[in-house]
Amino acid sequence: MIEEKKALTRHIDVADMEQVKNYISDGGYEGLKNAFEKTPAEIVAEVKKSFLRGRGGAGFPTGFKWGFLPKEKTKPFYLICNGDEGEPGTFKDREIMEHDPLLLIEGMTIAGYALRADMGFIYIRGEFKWIAEILERAIENARKANLLGKNIMGKGFDYDIQVMRGAGAYICGEETALIESVEGKRGQPRLKPPFPAVVGLYDCPTIVNNVETLACITFILQHDAETFKLMGAFQSAGTKLYGISGHVNKPGVYEYPLGTNLKDLIFYAAGGIKDGKKLKAVIPGGLSATILNADEINLDMDFDSCVKANTMLGSGGIIVMDEDTSIPEVALTAINFYIHESCGQCTPCREGLAKIQQILKNLINGKGKTGDVDLILKLTKSINGSTLCPLGEAGAAAIEAMINKFREEFELLIK
Amino acid sequence: MSTLPSPHITDESKYQLKQEIMTKIKELALRFPKKNSALIPALHIIQDEFGWVPPETVTQLAEILQTHSNKIYGVLTFYTMFNKKPVGKYHIQVCRNLSCSLLGAKHIIEHLSEKLGIEPGENTEDDRFTLSQVECLGSCGTAPVMMINDKYYENLTTEKVDNILESLQ
Repeated sequence: MIEEKKALTRHIDVADMEQVKNYISDGGYEGLKNAFEKTPAEIVAEVKKSFLRGRGGAGFPTGFKWGFLPKEKTKPFYLICNGDEGEPGTFKDREIMEHDPLLLIEGMTIAGYALRADMGFIYIRGEFKWIAEILERAIENARKANLLGKNIMGKGFDYDIQVMRGAGAYICGEETALIESVEGKRGQPRLKPPFPAVVGLYDCPTIVNNVETLACITFILQHDAETFKLMGAFQSAGTKLYGISGHVNKPGVYEYPLGTNLKDLIFYAAGGIKDGKKLKAVIPGGLSATILNADEINLDMDFDSCVKANTMLGSGGIIVMDEDTSIPEVALTAINFYIHESCGQCTPCREGLAKIQQILKNLINGKGKTGDVDLILKLTKSINGSTLCPLGEAGAAAIEAMINKFREEFELLIK
Repeated sequence: MSTLPSPHITDESKYQLKQEIMTKIKELALRFPKKNSALIPALHIIQDEFGWVPPETVTQLAEILQTHSNKIYGVLTFYTMFNKKPVGKYHIQVCRNLSCSLLGAKHIIEHLSEKLGIEPGENTEDDRFTLSQVECLGSCGTAPVMMINDKYYENLTTEKVDNILESLQ
């Protein structure tokens, strides 16, 4: 059977990990100590070698992202930790931030040193107020122990971290919208290029990494790239925090090596379907990932296997639906969300999603007309590729897959 | 001056930012490389004080951060967590996204609506409660979930909701 691997979650059940002495007593800050033995360039090389890929959803290789920073430093460099955690079905980063905050802070300090950053920010979703307070206390504790601030560990590196709470905008999980938000503006995505590594926060080179990604940095520097690669799948190294929710017996966050089979995650880790019902569908990587039907769950949950199966690993937020679930209702819930969270800049997203919502509502209220289902599909296609950021596309693609895989249910609503 | 304060002036003083809050915001602005970054944190501070962000405070905040009120309104209206009008003493926000709705969020919202005698988006007459439906709260593993003011309440059932409401009376 599948085996849990606690690379990032070993302190989840240990009390008071915001205290430096508790964190250090179990290997904490060995990673930073090791990092200071290396040059920044050597750390970037080690991270490239580890083949760590971003855990926020896109799966871009972290070391390569870091490599996009300018070689010459003429302006301040910034590191932002993305703790916005807004993708429906995702509730993993809070485990690290709430229960092992110094694991993240150490990772951000290592990354800050490797990137020659002047300052780090943790952007956390506004609703997690108590977690922001935990992070602030842990940062203060680290400052007192000379693990943040001036001349960290006497190694001549000055670096500090600021925590900033968002205020309920999903779009601020998109990195350029997040940067706008940190600058005190509306969270509207920027036109790219230039990418943040060149023009980011306050027009300075900026790297944005997810919480779980930065926690992996601590692991990689505490051990090494090879140890990290021993876990996981081909080109998907390391573990993943899978958040399993919906109709399962044991919902929760489970850490397994990347590439763990979806069927095992649902039926073994999460204890199978609630109330002895049958499985109907699964959204494997947060709401924006393409829905799978019950026959498609023999799937290795790593970046490339998911792409091959025409879905995505995303944030690893697995939403499980039993046989009684109405997929058109799921589609309406999803579209309501994307409309609510659309920043409104791009017409196809703002207006197109609203049109789809109206047709879906009509279908569900028994007012559907012949051709409505095809009209939705036509609308989803018109959104694809015509927006500044992936939000509109994600909403459109999610609905498109629900229709393609469960079309009969939508057609049946037309009388 | 011996004239009585007009109602307008009374209102203004009601939403006058206290000296300590102004100092807090000024200090906050120094923590960031650019002071405009303190805008969203400052709006949180104001909302913590009044339960919403009154227009009078926007003018004061614009002065502190040396920016324009209109820019602040742009930000204020973009982010759903900021209340643009007064809310009840207890602001109940129930998640309606997928994981919560699979496990009965709709039922929870209907139950609250019936108990409080208000629809989502409304305040009770005594201004004790406001009921809102919100999108994903990032707590899908403990669905259904709601927030009351800053606190999360997880794994909700109608009985649990009743007990929570009672504890707030």
